[in-house]
Amino acid sequence: MADLLINKLIKEIGLSSWLVLPDWLAWTITAVVTAGLVLNVIAGGALVFIWAERKIAARIQDRLGPTRTGGRFGWLQSLADGIKLLAKEDLMPEGADGMLFRLAPYVSFCASFCAFIALPFAFDFVGQRLNVGVFFVVAVLGLEVFGVILAGYASASKWSLFGAMREAAQVVSYEVPLGMCVVVPVMLAGSMDLVTIAEKQAGWFTSWYLFHDPFTFVIFWVYVTCAVASVNRAPFDLAEAESELVAGFHTEYSGLRWSFFFMAEYGSMFLVSALAAVLFLGGWNGPVPLAALLGLSEGTGDTAHYLVRLVGCGNLLLKATLGVLLMMWIRWTLPRLRIDQVMTTCLKYCTPIAAAMFAGVMAWQLAFPGGVVRSFGRPAGEIREGWLQGPGGAFRSEAVPRPRPAAARVVPLPGADGIAAGMGVGGTVGSSTRPLPAEVQARLEDLP
Amino acid sequence: MMPLLAPPLAAINWHSVLFLLFAAAACSCAVAVVLADNVVRMAFYLVLSLAATAGLFFLAGAEFVGAMQLMIYVGGTLVLLVFGVMLTAQAPFVSIKTSAGDRVLAGMVGAALLAVLLQAAFRVESWRRPALAAEPAPTATPIGMALLGVRVDAPADGTPPDAVRSGYLLPFEIVSVHLLVVLVGAAYLARAKRRRTPRSIDVAASTVVPDAAAGAWERPGAAGVRR
Repeated sequence: MADLLINKLIKEIGLSSWLVLPDWLAWTITAVVTAGLVLNVIAGGALVFIWAERKIAARIQDRLGPTRTGGRFGWLQSLADGIKLLAKEDLMPEGADGMLFRLAPYVSFCASFCAFIALPFAFDFVGQRLNVGVFFVVAVLGLEVFGVILAGYASASKWSLFGAMREAAQVVSYEVPLGMCVVVPVMLAGSMDLVTIAEKQAGWFTSWYLFHDPFTFVIFWVYVTCAVASVNRAPFDLAEAESELVAGFHTEYSGLRWSFFFMAEYGSMFLVSALAAVLFLGGWNGPVPLAALLGLSEGTGDTAHYLVRLVGCGNLLLKATLGVLLMMWIRWTLPRLRIDQVMTTCLKYCTPIAAAMFAGVMAWQLAFPGGVVRSFGRPAGEIREGWLQGPGGAFRSEAVPRPRPAAARVVPLPGADGIAAGMGVGGTVGSSTRPLPAEVQARLEDLP
Repeated sequence: MMPLLAPPLAAINWHSVLFLLFAAAACSCAVAVVLADNVVRMAFYLVLSLAATAGLFFLAGAEFVGAMQLMIYVGGTLVLLVFGVMLTAQAPFVSIKTSAGDRVLAGMVGAALLAVLLQAAFRVESWRRPALAAEPAPTATPIGMALLGVRVDAPADGTPPDAVRSGYLLPFEIVSVHLLVVLVGAAYLARAKRRRTPRSIDVAASTVVPDAAAGAWERPGAAGVRR
C-alpha cells in the first residue's frame, strides 16, 4: 500500500526528476515503510486497546477505570504502563532454558505480525497480495501458540507448563471448526484471495456474506466463538487462568518481554476481527455504496481514487475495532470455562454446527446459484459454465505485479535484468494473456 | 546519487540474495536440529528450518505450496513440540546424546543422499536462470478443481483444457479414506477403557433371576446395595 502512495507522492511533487535512487534502495525503502505501517497497526492498536479494555472492564464492573493519567479519561494510561514496563527488571528463573525463554515472546509476536502481511486494508492497501490469503492468515495465526508453548516449557515453572499445555490442546482443537467457518466465504467467492473475497461483497450491506443466507449468518457466530478461543481470550483464557495458574504461561515474564506477549495478543485479536470483517462483513465496503452512488468509481481521477481507498481503509479499521470491543464485552461478561467445557464447546457444538452449516451453504448455492435475487431468470447451467471457464478463461492470479517505485533508477543494470523482468516493468506485464485493469496499465505506462 | 556505492550493489541479483538468506537459514537450522541435544530445542530449530523453506516457496511464487508448508509441516511440528515438552518435563530425558557410531553412520547416509540430490538438482536446465514471475502466478483454483476430478488449467502444448485428462479425484479420495481410517484407529486406541467390575459381583448381579411376581426390576439394584 505504501509504495503506491509513495509513487504518487513522488510523481505529484515532481521528485522523480531529481531524486533518482538505485533499485535496491528504492525497494528497501518501500518495504520498510510498508512493514512500519503494519507494525504501527499492532503497536499503536495495542496502546489504544489496552486503554479501552481497562475502561470497558471498569464500566462493566461499575467502576471508573483510569481517570488521572492524561486528563479526564486517563487516555495516557497505556503510555505510562509502557514506560513502567520498559523500566522493569528483566528477570529469568534460575532453572530456565535461557535461549528459548528469551526467544519465546518474539516468536509469538512474529507470528502475529506475519499474518498482517497478507491482510488487505483496502483494495490495494495490502502488504503482499497472496492468492491463498485466507489460508496463509489462518496458517500463520496457528503458529502464535509456538511462543506460548516455548514460554511455558522454558520457564521451568509448573504453572507456566500447565498453561502452555492447555493452550496447545485448545488451539489444536479449535483450528478444526475455525477452518470450516473460513471455508464458507471462500466457497461463496470462489477464491482464497482476501481482496477478491471482499470485492465480491461490494454494494449494499445486503451483499455481505453475513446476510448471504441463513447458514452463513449462523456460521459467522461460530466463527466468532472459535476466533475468541483461538486468540486465547476469556471465556477461553485457560492458558493464563489467574485464579488457578497464577498467570499461566507468562507467570515468569516481566518487563518488555511480557509486553511482547500482550502486543501479540492484541495484534491477534485485531487480526481475527479484521479477518471476520473481510470474510463476512464486506471488508472495506461500507453498508451503503457511497462511492458508487457519488460516481467515484475506478478511473475518475487519482485523488478521488485514493480518497475512496482511504475511506475504505477506515471502514475496515472501524469494523475490526468493533470486533475487538465485542471480544472485550464478552470477556468481562462471561465466566471462564473449565477445560472440559472448552473441549465440549469445540467438539460437540462448534464442529458439528460448522459442518452442518457448511453443507447448508452448499445446498443453498445449488438451489440459488448466484444469490437469491440475482439468480432468478438465469439458468444454473450458465452460471456453472461461467465458473468453470473462470474469469478471463485463464486461472491466473488477479494480483498485479507491483509497479516499480517511481524513484527507482531506470537504466537496466547488468545482472539485474532478471529482477526487472520479475517486477513487471512495462511490456513484460502487458504482454501476458490477462488484460490488466485500465488504471494499473495507465500507471505502468506513466512510469519512466 | 551515490556513484560510488550504487554500481556494485545494484549489480547484485537481489532475488538471489533473498534466496541465499532463506536457504542459509533453512540449512543452518537443519544442522542445528542434528547437533542440538535437547528435544524441545530440536523441535524449535525444526520449526525455523521448515518456516525458512516456506519462505523459499513464497519467494519462488509458489504461494499455495508455501502456505501448505506453513500449515502442515510447521503446524504439525507443534504436536511434536508438545510431545517433546511432555516427555522432557522430567529430568532424565532432558538431553538426548547421540553416540559417535550413530553420528558417523547418519553422516554417511546423509552425505550419499545429498550427493544424489545435488547431482539431480544441477541437471535441471531451467532452474539455473532466475525464472521470476514474468506472468501472473497461477492461483490455487486449478489445483482445487483437479482434486475434484476436473482439469481446468490449460496444458502447455495448446490442447484445450477440457480434453481428456484425468484429475486427482481418485488419489484424493484414497488419501481421505486412509486418513479417516487413521483417525478412527487413533480414537479406538485412545478411548477411555471401560471399567470392569470384579467378576464375582458381576456374576452375582447378573444371575439374579427376575421375579415377575415381586417387582423384579428392583432386584439387581437391591442386591448391589446389600453388598
